[in-house]
Amino acid sequence: MINKIFGGSYQILRAMGVTLKYLFKKPVTNQFPDEPVLVYPRFRGRHVLKRHDNGLEKCIGCALCAAACPTQCIRVEAAENTEENRRSPGERYADVYEINMLRCIFCGYCAEACPTGAIVLEHDFALAEYDRWDAIYTQDRLLEPHEPKYIQIRDDEVFVPQESWRVTK
Amino acid sequence: MVFNKNAVHSALFLLLSMTMIAGLYVLLNAQFIAVAQIMVYAGAIVVLILFVVMLLGAELGETIPSWLTVRNGVMVLLALIFLTVSGTSVYDWLYSTQPITGAVTDELIAQQGSAELVGQSLFTEYLLPFELASVLLLVGIVGVVMLGGWRFVQHRQRGE
Amino acid sequence: MDWIQSLLIPVVYSVILVVMLLTGFAYLSLVERKLVARFTMRFGPNRAGPFGLLQPVADALKMMFKEELLPTHADKWVYLLAPMLAISTAIIGWAVFPLTSHGLSLLGYTIPPILADVNVGLLYVAAVTSIGSYAVVLAGWASDNKYSLLGALRASAQLVSYELPMGLTLVAVILVTGTMSMTKIIQFQVDHAWLIVLQPIAFIIFFVTGLAESNRSPFDLPETENELVSGFMTEYGGIRFASFAMGEYIHVITFSALTAILFLGGWSGPGADSVPFLGLLYFFIKTAVMIFTVIWVRASVPRVRYDQLMRFCWKFLMPLALLNLVVTAIVIAL
Repeated sequence: MINKIFGGSYQILRAMGVTLKYLFKKPVTNQFPDEPVLVYPRFRGRHVLKRHDNGLEKCIGCALCAAACPTQCIRVEAAENTEENRRSPGERYADVYEINMLRCIFCGYCAEACPTGAIVLEHDFALAEYDRWDAIYTQDRLLEPHEPKYIQIRDDEVFVPQESWRVTK
Repeated sequence: MVFNKNAVHSALFLLLSMTMIAGLYVLLNAQFIAVAQIMVYAGAIVVLILFVVMLLGAELGETIPSWLTVRNGVMVLLALIFLTVSGTSVYDWLYSTQPITGAVTDELIAQQGSAELVGQSLFTEYLLPFELASVLLLVGIVGVVMLGGWRFVQHRQRGE
Repeated sequence: MDWIQSLLIPVVYSVILVVMLLTGFAYLSLVERKLVARFTMRFGPNRAGPFGLLQPVADALKMMFKEELLPTHADKWVYLLAPMLAISTAIIGWAVFPLTSHGLSLLGYTIPPILADVNVGLLYVAAVTSIGSYAVVLAGWASDNKYSLLGALRASAQLVSYELPMGLTLVAVILVTGTMSMTKIIQFQVDHAWLIVLQPIAFIIFFVTGLAESNRSPFDLPETENELVSGFMTEYGGIRFASFAMGEYIHVITFSALTAILFLGGWSGPGADSVPFLGLLYFFIKTAVMIFTVIWVRASVPRVRYDQLMRFCWKFLMPLALLNLVVTAIVIAL
């Protein structure tokens, strides 16, 4: 009984000591809009439609991404490139490219299916909208450049090659 | 209040009148008794009454009988007032009582504090009733234990 | 002008006190959120105004402009009465708290250090606290909701139970000091020593029961969010919900001030006898330390289960308080 009382009191005092210790530590909170958020390079966030170095779109409007999408949130309508209006190096380009972000599950299959590496899931995660219709991202919003200030890619990711998976625990 | 259909409301009015009685005690300069009144009656007993009423689900009692109207109530009240006034005067005339003068005065209360006075009279003059009341309460507690839990305890001891 | 001394000053005094408590509540909620956040290595609210100082204002505005709903089968008057009781019982205890050593003379009038120097001040506080449990019971019953009623029954059982050990510690204090008047209790501590030294066990019991009386963690069962959906407050919203929070926080302030008066010597401290302002400052500092401890406990100790709560009260605190009382009485008799 006595042992229990003093043991219990000791435990409570110890718990309070721990919390008191943490009172003087620096908070770990990330002040999101003011401070950049550190994300890993392989973090799968918002899609970005890539461009070639000369500014042409990589997307050729093949709609393989739409076919690979498990939630069918991508809509692609292709059009022919002409000499006056050349938007991609190949024959066709994507005239309409829409992603419904409310349906997207960020699985990354579209990026895997893409033959030209045009669609990539990059690091933006702030996808809230004031209007539901704004959640359908159109081509002009998806195209590069899209580099939000509040995102910083961390460089401390440890890449473990596939061959050594068995060795590591 | 007494005739209120809702038992919880009646209990609340009881609480109100307990508090008002405490106010009367304060006006009579008996602060200790006033506070004790609030602590014991308002703080503990009415809570128990409320508990019982709520747990038994007995909030809604019988409907008000038809003869109980505001008009009849006012009539009864007036009659009671008349009776009180006339009764007091008749009583005064018959026995011609004097206001009670005793050891307890305002100065004494201010000097000693009413708690001391109450304690002194409880443990000297009214010692017997005080002890009897405590024995009565003890009997009540034992009775409640017998009625409420004894069989259960026996069952538990037999391992049922 | 006698009426200024006898009427105007007490009225102004109490109005100032009430306003201070209400703003104190608002900022205590901010301080608590900030402190608990820092205890868990977070920042707490810091968006509204500098350091989040306007957060209480924002909260109050939001609460006030929320729609006020009345449940269909609620008992209207009782439903409205409960939040008022919750606040008022927390506030009126301050009538007997001496804030400083002696009154302040101003233009020939004295501003008293205490609103009502009744000779049963300690009992008065206990009585007022016991009324506080009605707010909980009535709120739970009047909302006409099973969860509310269950929460209310738990809460009131808790409040009524924890009043007993608290009362016993108060009796121990009365035994030692030989008075029930707040001013005399503090005077005793000035003359001898702080009661936390003379009555350490009573202090601990009083602190624990005080946590339970003001529904604070780890005894905040009445408002457990997960099993009772906030207990007796389920059906309350808007400003009435805020009233319950207000009642709770003011209870914390009142209880901390009471602890400061009873066990930490109230206004006493170096130089407080001559300078009333210093006494006020010491009193506030002691109260603030107690409030900090309450929040600290909240950040450290997990919530107890209901049976643990009741067992702790009746099987541990009650015997301990009784023992403390008996030992104190014997020591004093010797």
